[in-house]
This record gives sequence, structure tokens and C-alpha cells, in this order.
Amino acid sequence: MPERRAVVASKVGLHARPAALFAKAAAEQTVTVTIAVTGVEGTQDRGPVDASSILGLMTLGAKHGDEVVLAAEGEGAESALETLAELVAQDLDA
Amino acid sequence: MKELRGIGVASGRTVGPVAAMPPPVGEPAEGGELSEGSDREAAVVLLDSSSSTVGAELSARAQTARQAGRDDAAEVLEATAMMALDATLLGDAKARIGQGSRPERAVWDAAQHVAEQLSSLGGYMAERVRDVQDVRDRLVAALTGRPAPGIPVRDQPYVLVARDLAPADTATLDPSKVAALVTEQGGPTSHTAILARALGLPAVVAVAGATDLADGTWVLVDGAQGTVVIDPTAEQRSTAGAKVQGQTSLQAVGATSDGHRVRLYANVGDPSGVEAAVAAGAEGVGLFRTEFCFLDRAEAPSVDEQVMAYERVFAAFSGRRVVVRTLDAGADKPLPFVTADGEPNPALGVRGLRTATGSPQVLGDQLTAIARAAAGSGAEVWVMAPMVATAEEARAFTDQAHEAGLPTAGVMVEIPSAALTADLVLAACDFASIGTNDLAQYTMAADRQLGALAALNDPWQPALLQLIAMTAEAGARTGRPVGVCGEAAADPLLACVLVGLGVTSLSMTPRALPAVGAALAELSQARCVQLSKAAVSSESPIVARESVASILNETP
Repeated sequence: MPERRAVVASKVGLHARPAALFAKAAAEQTVTVTIAVTGVEGTQDRGPVDASSILGLMTLGAKHGDEVVLAAEGEGAESALETLAELVAQDLDA
Repeated sequence: MKELRGIGVASGRTVGPVAAMPPPVGEPAEGGELSEGSDREAAVVLLDSSSSTVGAELSARAQTARQAGRDDAAEVLEATAMMALDATLLGDAKARIGQGSRPERAVWDAAQHVAEQLSSLGGYMAERVRDVQDVRDRLVAALTGRPAPGIPVRDQPYVLVARDLAPADTATLDPSKVAALVTEQGGPTSHTAILARALGLPAVVAVAGATDLADGTWVLVDGAQGTVVIDPTAEQRSTAGAKVQGQTSLQAVGATSDGHRVRLYANVGDPSGVEAAVAAGAEGVGLFRTEFCFLDRAEAPSVDEQVMAYERVFAAFSGRRVVVRTLDAGADKPLPFVTADGEPNPALGVRGLRTATGSPQVLGDQLTAIARAAAGSGAEVWVMAPMVATAEEARAFTDQAHEAGLPTAGVMVEIPSAALTADLVLAACDFASIGTNDLAQYTMAADRQLGALAALNDPWQPALLQLIAMTAEAGARTGRPVGVCGEAAADPLLACVLVGLGVTSLSMTPRALPAVGAALAELSQARCVQLSKAAVSSESPIVARESVASILNETP
């Protein structure tokens, strides 16, 4: 399954406003994208959860600087991953 | 024409259609399993349509809030609208329906699961549990054909009718939409009654049969007579006042019902704010911020320039007290001539009085200017320094102010160390004023500019209240006045708690003065002490508010 890694740039993490913006963008994609937190030192791997779910994102608790893995399958997966990885790497609360 | 009777607790006559406060949504019963096949399919369809309805309602309210310029509220509503349509929540609920759960029970359990996960993350996420529960209650109400919970949302002003109102409900009450309050329970001293009076809303409590009134029924509420006239005649309607306005100025000097004096002051940010303070009937100025003189400039203003600016404020309060705060630069208010660039933690950096070490002349000039403007103005001018951490700093500032010809000099208590050593700090100066906004931020280690940490900066935080109590007690021991000049003083109920803690003056935005003065005049000093004890020993701000409300609801 195509995957993309990205580091959360939003200062507050993927919570609050950034989570809302990210979930909205994920819902606009033609494929279902999942997001997981993996390989953060001292933290258990969490997810994957549906990237278009604000509650999923909130329970994922991805913080500023955490590395997340986005995954999707099917037609349009690559471009969806591209778009969403870019969002993760932006400070959405700025 | 029929009339209901109760106890009038806030006067005024007004007419409007009834909007009932829906009863709280309870936990749906377990069991009543759906049979396989069409029942479960129908439940899934019902769930989808209910989720769309609730999501659309919340989006519409978000849009209204956005248009009204209430961006913070709009963002919260947009996020809750997304939760109502959330794939994770609905997916889990549908899986539970697939196992035979009734849809309302499935939503309840699915939301409970999310809430538990958020609670376990702690901090900001745990505080979002209430949002999830709100969405859950809305979905359950829609699924079971009941009205959405919470204060009703209407386009036109209405008479809010409820069994009783919880503090969480009254906090979201919009006084421009609610024309009057009618409750079936409650008494003249309940927090609902106090807030109604503070907001200037006619209110009648203890009205038997109030909750039987149908939505949309026109009623005439007379808060003085304690009556609710159903379907009033045109003649009766004409006796109702237009929208009752709350008081716009203090009705008397600040005091509790038994005459314990509490000075009620206004915060003033620049000379143009003086008119509002005078119009609101402020007994003086408890916090005169002087940054306006210094902002947007490359160099410090001259002594003459400052004298002119200060004179205008002092003249308006001739015969009354004006507490001037010396320059509070740094952190969110950088100034090129006193603050350094590139501090890693500006809130913990060289700010407030600390800038005087590197730029002693700025403070020296300012004290000279204040003393000169004060001389002959007729105002009783006090001066205080921001961001004082130690008794040593308090003494140095006080000595310098006295030498400049200002006989009364004090300090702001904004740093926990100053509250913890309040006896020593107060012995070294003439008075203290507690800046609750900064004291909260430094006590909770929570940046007050971060929305995500707003709950930690809640002025009802018991830790903050304890530090205020310590400072006020030290004030009583040393015979020094201790005031509060932060946002906390503008909340009518919290103001009563602060007085109970021993605070001797409250300074606030001028428009809050009438409501705070009215609330204070309702309660005795002993009652304020009782409230403050409950608030300080509460586990959280929410519990603190609720315990205070429940004490007020008991008969005095």
C-alpha cells in the first residue's frame, strides 16, 4: 500500500483547528486515507485511524514534531498522500 | 387569560414567546435488541439522517457565529458539526447496530468509547470530552425525536422557561436573545436570580406549572409582581416595556448587603477610556495602564509629554483614587528602547519592572511625570510596579517612588513567588493589586495566549484562588489593601468569591461594574466567605462554579 511519512509542523499538534482543517482536506480526497503515529520515542505506536475523522485524529494525539504515516490505496492514492503530507508539514494554526 | 404565580426575583415587565429549556438527555436504556435484517437496516438509515440533521444545525449556528464576528465560537461549532458527521463515531455506532444495539444506545456507547480514549490522553484532549458528550446528546435527542439539549436557539427574543438552570446553561445565555427567565424551581437567592438581576432580565422563579407552557405561547412576565400572564391581551402587552436594559452604571458604592465596603474601580487603558469609566460610576481607577504613552515609538516619550497624558485621566477622577501602573513592556508588548529581541521565553524574560535594571531612566522619568501630573490634580494618585517577584524588588521600587514624591507605592502580584511571600512583599510596600491573568498563567505554567490551554487559565482554578487568599490574608495581617485587577473581578459570582477571600477592591472593565456591584449588594460578607471556602477547596473550576451555585440555591 502506498505510504508517505511526514512530521507534524503545527505547534499544537493535530488537535483543534489543525485537526479540523486536516480532516476536512482528507474527506475531500477520492480515496480513504489512514494516518498513524509510529516510531516516536517513548510513545506507543497508535492508529491507523481514518484521516477524515476529527475524532480519530483527536484520539491519535499526534503532537508537534511527531512522525506520522499516511497510507491509501487505489486510484488517486499518490496525489491524495502528496496533498495530505504537505498539510501535515505545514503549521495549520499559524 | 390565565396567570401563573411565582416569586419575582428581577423586576421588569416584558412580553415574548415561550421557548422551553429541553430536559437533559439521559442515558438510553440498555437492551431492547433489534432483530436481524430490516430493523437494523432501518436503524442505520435513521442514524445517517439524524447525523446529517445535527451536523447541518451545528454548521448553521457556526455560520451565524462567524457572521457575528464570534470566530472562536464559530470554530468550536464547526468542530462539533464535524464530530456529528464523524466517520469513526458513526462507523462504531453502526457496528454496534449490526450486533443488535438500538441506534440511540449504539451512539451513546460509541461516544463513550471515544470519550474514554480522550480522557486517557489527559490535558487539552480530556477537556474535549464535553464536546463529544454534547454531540452525543444531540444525536440521541434527534434519534429519539426530542428537542436538542441546551439553551434554545431562536432568531427572535424569547422567554426562557426551565425547570431550573445550571451554571453551565446560564454561562451560554445570550442576553440579547433572552427577554425574560421563568423557572419552576429556584428561589430569590439562587444563582439564576442573581445573574438575572445582574443582566437586567426580568425573572420569576418557583412558578408551579411553568414547564407545562407550550413552546411559542406568548406570555407577559412581570418580574416585580412575580406573575406570568398567558396569552396577554393587546392592552396588557402594551404595558410591557421595550427590551429591558440592564443598569449601565453603578447604583451605589461597592458593599456587601451587610455594608462591608469593597471599592469598585475601573481599568483604564488610555485617556480616551476615561469617559466610559466615569459613565459607569467607577469609584476610581484601579488599573491605569501607561503603555499607550510608549507604544509605536522608537524612543521613550519626554517627561512633559507624559505629564500631559496622565493629567487628563487624573482630572477626570479628581477627589478619587487612580492607581497608575508603571510601564509593563516585554512579552506581548515589546518596546525597542527597553526590551531585548530574541528572548527564548519572553513571558519569562525581561519584562515589567525588570526592564528598569537595563533602562533605569525610563522608570525614573515616568515616576517624575506621574508625580508632577498628580500634584494639584485633586486625584489621589497611587503608583504600582508590574512583574514583581521579590520583597527586595518591592522595597526598591517603593523607595524610588516615595523619593519621586509619590507617597503610596505598591506592587502587582502576578508571580506566584510574590503571593507565597506576600507578608514580606507587603511589608516592603504600601499595597498590592493582584493581576489574575498573569498570575494564572505563571501558576498553571500555561501561556495565556494559547487557546488550547484556556481551561488551565480559567480564573476559577482553585490554585489561583488559593494564591489570592494567601495574598489577601497577608494584607489583613500587615494592614495593607489588596485588590484584584484582572478579568476575575469582572465575573459577578467570582467577584463575590474574591471578596470572601479578603480582597478589598475590585477593578474591572467599566461595563462589568453594574453587574458586579449588583451581585455584591445581594450577599453578606459571611455568605461571600462561605462561597470562597467552597470554591478554594473544589477539585476543578467547573466544580468550583457548581458548588458556589448550589450554596446560593440553598436558603440563606
